[in-house]
Amino acid sequence: MADIDDGTSAPASEPLDLVRLCLDEVVFVKLRGDRELKGRLHAYDSHCNLVLGDVEETVYVVDEDDEDEEAVKTISKKSEMLFVRGDSVVLISPQSPS
Amino acid sequence: MENGSAAQGEGRDPSGFLSEIIGQGVTVKLNSGVVYKGELQSVDGYMNIALEKTEEHVNGVKKRSYGDAFVRGNNVMYISAD
Repeated sequence: MADIDDGTSAPASEPLDLVRLCLDEVVFVKLRGDRELKGRLHAYDSHCNLVLGDVEETVYVVDEDDEDEEAVKTISKKSEMLFVRGDSVVLISPQSPS
Repeated sequence: MENGSAAQGEGRDPSGFLSEIIGQGVTVKLNSGVVYKGELQSVDGYMNIALEKTEEHVNGVKKRSYGDAFVRGNNVMYISAD
């Protein structure tokens, strides 16, 4: 019975530990549908449901001009607090990407 | 009950392969077509992945890099050891 994982020891041995280390830090989150969030991580669970504070959401949309020209447009929205449902999460990163 | 549990031979089952390549450079392709290249830190039963020194490639073009990255398992198409 010694090999049952008590979930408290052995830091950074499973992927979600990386998310745990981001608590109260600013994280970058990539979502389905060409959306990105940047905000402070207040809470998360095993489904990757997230609670973020001071969030900036960026949405990438393809803008079709009259001449078939496709320009990618970004839309930016800010929210004080956001609950994100885990199933739309693709990637979570501690630092903002470079 | 010799065959009661999954094959125990080293690397003879998919999750055995994944634990074998931890620490190595890997390429992870998502269903969206986006590719992440980095060093595999850890994987769990959902195929959630933690990568180090990650590069994001879209249509073969390097878009971004992340120091660390967590990828939610449901988005993963394949993981390949470089």
